[in-house]
Amino acid sequence: MTNDKPKIIAGLVIFVLIATSPVWLNRGKTKEAPTPVMAAEATAKGYCVMPKAEMKAKHMKVLDGWRNSVVRNGQRVYVNESGKQFTMSLSNTCLECHTNKAEFCDKCHVYASVNPYCWDCHVDPKEK
Amino acid sequence: MEKNRRTFLKAAGASAVGLSIAPAMKAHAFGEYFMPSDQTGQQENALIGKHWGMVIDLTKMTEEISAKLTEVCHAAHNVPKLDNIKHEIKWIWGEHFDHAFTDHMNLYISDAMKHAPVPVLCNQCENPPCVRACPTKATFKREDGIVLMDFHRCIGCRFCMAACPYGSRSFNLQDPRNGLENRKPTNPQFPTRMKGVVEKCNFCAERLAVGKIPLCAEVSEGAITFGDLSDPESEIRKVLSASFTIRRNPGLGTGPSVYYIVGGGGDHA
Ligand code: HEC
Ligand code: HEC
Ligand code: HEC
Repeated sequence: MTNDKPKIIAGLVIFVLIATSPVWLNRGKTKEAPTPVMAAEATAKGYCVMPKAEMKAKHMKVLDGWRNSVVRNGQRVYVNESGKQFTMSLSNTCLECHTNKAEFCDKCHVYASVNPYCWDCHVDPKEK
Repeated sequence: MEKNRRTFLKAAGASAVGLSIAPAMKAHAFGEYFMPSDQTGQQENALIGKHWGMVIDLTKMTEEISAKLTEVCHAAHNVPKLDNIKHEIKWIWGEHFDHAFTDHMNLYISDAMKHAPVPVLCNQCENPPCVRACPTKATFKREDGIVLMDFHRCIGCRFCMAACPYGSRSFNLQDPRNGLENRKPTNPQFPTRMKGVVEKCNFCAERLAVGKIPLCAEVSEGAITFGDLSDPESEIRKVLSASFTIRRNPGLGTGPSVYYIVGGGGDHA
């Protein structure tokens, strides 16, 4: 019986190595989060609908709010905290500044593995 | 001892359930998210009414005008042209009199009406059966009477199509972009639709919001009057009090907001 001890330990070591292989095989290889490219049109304006950090974290919620307010409430104008007016529209507002959907929106989304289905219907004016 | 363990396990189980459904409860609490109402509004020149309606004067309607209505409307809303008739998508189109007015069972009608193209579209009913049939509230009635579709909510069940007695609704059996030239939207400002959703005329809600009347009325060469049916001073009410009008299948109780002036034929028409 005691003879099996080394075999069991060796087996355990191999198991632990295999089980943890993703961790150490990928060490130092983590992919940098991409920096979205700001389009000239956006830079020229210099402001977004909300402060940058808020947009980064909440733009999906903003878009959700926009579509509900537009479609269900018939409200199409949004006034932000600093009094700036925006027509609430995905293609006609967001993409008027962020004219580079591929280098901006998609860059983050591909990295984060999110694939918004909006573009099945909404149009990227660049692709027209 | 026995009892203690049981109580412990019960408490552990209950908290495990609580923890696992908490995120779902939280997500649910958000519900439908709207922008705060003090931060939203309408454009100054937006057309605002209590009950939008239309009068279509069939005595002024020609094949050319009727065809133009379809063409212009469909181009503005990226309505595809699909060859397979079962896949056809229509927002406004010309119909024969006896197809449009199926409860108007006179055997003999005026020649003028027998041959007049009758443009038909969503009737924007006062009592819309499609709204009642929709399980997700994707189709709803706005305060201004427009029966609108929220495409973001449509699950493609087609109950609304079964409920609509006018065939005003079409279902996207395939990607509608297949029916657009080079898959490019004719109007990039307006979204297309996608496979698996129902669609119909929206009374140009997007144009009313920027102070414009529906496109079909605009290009109709005076054959279509658009206006607020609830306003006795409105142009549309004047037109209605000056002519004899009919609506499609009023006996069903849907209360269509689209009226038709029918001509008697002869010189006065
Ligand atoms: C008036 C032009 C303009 C409009 C309209 C606009 N943006 Fe922006 N957006 C910008 C600018 C400029 C920045 C960078 C702001 C900064 O650096 O402070 C930005 C930043 C962002 C960011 C953060 C990017 C990052 O690097 O973290 C996101 C996400 C974003 N916008 C999404 C949107 C969405 C979604 C909409 C429509 C709801 C929209 N934007 C509308 C100009 C605009
Ligand atoms: C800074 C990176 C970044 C940029 C730039 C960005 N997004 Fe996003 N977006 C994300 C991330 C991350 C998520 C997923 C968030 C989550 O699932 O909680 C997301 C989610 C979304 C969603 C919700 C998707 C879903 O299926 O729920 C929409 C819609 C969206 N983004 C639209 C846009 C648009 C439009 C733009 C360009 C104008 C844009 N985003 C630019 C990072 C970005
Ligand atoms: C099935 C087609 C479809 C899909 C998918 C879709 N939309 Fe829409 N959306 C529409 C239509 C049609 C309108 C109405 C346009 C109007 O009345 O001007 C609209 C309106 C909107 C509006 C307000 C008006 C405008 O011009 O943008 C926003 C914002 C919006 N959608 C955001 C989204 C987002 C974000 C997604 C993805 C998470 C999405 N939509 C997915 C069809 C769609």
